[in-house]
Amino acid sequence: MELNATTMPLLFFVFVLAMFLGVELIKKVPSQLHTPLMSGSNAISGITIVGALIASGRPNSDAMVTVLATLAVTFAMINVVGGYLVTDRMLGMFKSKDKNGGTR
Amino acid sequence: MNPQLLRGLCYIAASIFFVFGLKMLSSPRTARKGNLVSAIGMLIAILTTLTAMTDVKWAWLIVGAVVGSAVGAMAARLVKMTSMPEMVGLFNGFGGLASLLVGWSEYHWNWAGSNQTILFTTVAILLTVLIGGVTFTGSLIAFGKLSGLVNGKPILFKGQNLVNAGLLIAIVVLSIAFCATGQQAPEAERGSLPYVLLVISILSAFVLGVLSTIPIGGADMPVVICLLNSYSGLAACAAGFVIGNNVLIVSGSLVGASGLILTSIMCRAMNRSLANVLFSGFGSATAAKGGGYQGEAKPISTDDAYLMLEAARNVVFVPGYGMAAAQAQHAVRELGELLEENGAEVRYCIHPVAGRMPGHMNVLLAEANVPYEVLVEPPDVNPNIEMVDVAVVIGANDVVNPAAREDENSPLWGMPIIEVDRAQTCIVLKRSLNPGFAGVDNPLFFKDNTRMLFGDAKASITSLVSEFKQ
Repeated sequence: MELNATTMPLLFFVFVLAMFLGVELIKKVPSQLHTPLMSGSNAISGITIVGALIASGRPNSDAMVTVLATLAVTFAMINVVGGYLVTDRMLGMFKSKDKNGGTR
Repeated sequence: MNPQLLRGLCYIAASIFFVFGLKMLSSPRTARKGNLVSAIGMLIAILTTLTAMTDVKWAWLIVGAVVGSAVGAMAARLVKMTSMPEMVGLFNGFGGLASLLVGWSEYHWNWAGSNQTILFTTVAILLTVLIGGVTFTGSLIAFGKLSGLVNGKPILFKGQNLVNAGLLIAIVVLSIAFCATGQQAPEAERGSLPYVLLVISILSAFVLGVLSTIPIGGADMPVVICLLNSYSGLAACAAGFVIGNNVLIVSGSLVGASGLILTSIMCRAMNRSLANVLFSGFGSATAAKGGGYQGEAKPISTDDAYLMLEAARNVVFVPGYGMAAAQAQHAVRELGELLEENGAEVRYCIHPVAGRMPGHMNVLLAEANVPYEVLVEPPDVNPNIEMVDVAVVIGANDVVNPAAREDENSPLWGMPIIEVDRAQTCIVLKRSLNPGFAGVDNPLFFKDNTRMLFGDAKASITSLVSEFKQ
């Protein structure tokens, strides 16, 4: 996005609204799901992979950028893949009393 | 359609997937699907970004992505449920590090290429590397403390707060200097001073992360992990400002908000302020203790405990970190099932700060196949806890300490606890009479209706199980 006087306030606008939305969403998560919530939100914070990809694809960049961006991609991918998989593994263990009911 | 418009729409779609994914986490029935929905959102975001890239160094990209995915997948598969807090702690750190690297890489690209760099971008880059840096080293320390690589006790030294304050001031000065010098007109002569300032800022953030985490004790780690979770989101959010990308800002702030809420829930559950958790060195040897409670603890054998449980019609288990440490969750579930067959109502009451991260006990009991309907919270049990025949406390201490209600001088005063002392009988499984993490004596052990079952929690429960089977 081109950063100028119109777009910069818009970014803040999105930021503030998303914070409020986040608060409303998370308030409703029961305490028994707080661990999966944390590992799941951990995976979401891996969204920085988008930044890492953009950084790695910058034109006319030197070797330093390649190294930094590749490392960023690596660590972000650990977060994304590890976060989602471990959350899934955990949530797969949460079972209802109704054992035949196929709760999910 | 204009490809840029299309990509914008895809990013909006990804954000909607994240929001719905989190929304579905509000019930155990839909939570697993919610996680999948959120993962699809991530896939959309990644694919969309790939289509926008013009100069891709595929070899590097693929190596990075494959190595990261492999490490992540292995960790997710191999980690034990008892070690979940360490893993989440470490992953928070990786998230922070990734954002830091994005900020640095963007700065380097602008610097080396003599691109225009406006104040907005320099501030965003600075915030990204600072938050990311603190998150990274703070999480490494948290990981070390939780996994036992670093001593879990608070590390305090003289003038600690002064050192931290000094470091903070230094970072502020560095930041102002960097933002003042870091801007570049297009094609202008580039100076090396701002780059040096940036690197020093990164190093200072690393030091700050370490210094601000070492004075915090092991049992306060739930709060720290929540806070670092929030930071890792905010770092991603700041990176979103660097590249001017809304999907990073939205998801980063969702995570940031999530961590902040969990932090405040944890603090409230301990009746302490965030400042108290972060700066007081709670649980260190110097922390004030409650007035030494006198009395005689009444130890019992597993035979006695068996007879009490056998006659009970209403049983509540109160697990704590000790259950995780002893890996006793499977034995506990077996005992719970036998009690149910015996006609008792069995519930598991879990305090919000039990264990080393929020919801830790729930995951362990879920792993042991305890259905989630019988996992309850203190407000579900406390109002009519007199109806409970036997409350079994397994490796929990501070969260059942009646000093929170009875002793105004106790450091735990005012903390909402599970009031097991008001149950008909209370059996406490414990290794010894040692005080809990907070270093506070527990008058519960000396109450008339309390019985102490000394020994390893897993061994005690296993022998109870075999008595029931006979």
